[in-house]
Amino acid sequence: MLKAYLIVAAGVFAIGLFGVLTRRNAVGILLGIELMLNAVNINLVAFARFGAGMAGWILALFVIAVTVAEVAVGLAIVIVIFRVRRTIEADHLTLLRG
Amino acid sequence: MSREALGLGAVAVALLGSSLGVVLARNLLHSVLWLAAALVATAGLFLLLQAEFLAAVQVLLYAGGVVTIVVFAIMLTERLAGQTVRQMNRGLVAGVLAAAAVFVAVVLAVARMPGPPGGPAPAGTAALGRALLTTWVLPFEVLGALLVAALLGALYLAREDP
Repeated sequence: MLKAYLIVAAGVFAIGLFGVLTRRNAVGILLGIELMLNAVNINLVAFARFGAGMAGWILALFVIAVTVAEVAVGLAIVIVIFRVRRTIEADHLTLLRG
Repeated sequence: MSREALGLGAVAVALLGSSLGVVLARNLLHSVLWLAAALVATAGLFLLLQAEFLAAVQVLLYAGGVVTIVVFAIMLTERLAGQTVRQMNRGLVAGVLAAAAVFVAVVLAVARMPGPPGGPAPAGTAALGRALLTTWVLPFEVLGALLVAALLGALYLAREDP
């Protein structure tokens, strides 16, 4: 049963990775990262259910809180970039390219 | 087939379908709505795993909070909320290949993994709260500091006058 949960989580993770790699819009990339972190949470809760005990739940809670912080900072950066450059298409943001 | 397996199958179909909606929707607002659906499906998965408190946190924080602020960010940055510009870039094939490679690698690793030790499920929300404020109290407080720092940083970054 544990393996079924892990495979579902792997599917969600792969879909999120696909979104991160292919989205043009910076907000779309953030949504892909959300999916990937969500897959991690599924794994942690499944481990907690099948033997790891309380530590899995607590780590899942921590991941949720860290994700919220990450989204807040990421969206603030996106808004600042939009204000300065008038675009949030990742292909156009090449200022740091060597 | 047990009842848990049936529930897992149904929730997994909903979760994977709405996840595909997140990455494939042409309109970014639709994409966020699919994300909300995926997060609620994940809460269903947590219920199947007997983690009721985490399911509630998932719905309130993720599907409530995160989705709302993402919608705000889209409204602030898209010139027209309803426009459907091309959202994909040219790396479609590479993206499919990379995602499929990661998926296959994880599934192979899971297939070789030894079975779980099979301990009992954690003992409910009361035990979670007790563990959080005894064994895990230091990481818990550090996490609070991190949240305050992140939110202040976000406010500072997005303030009106640079």
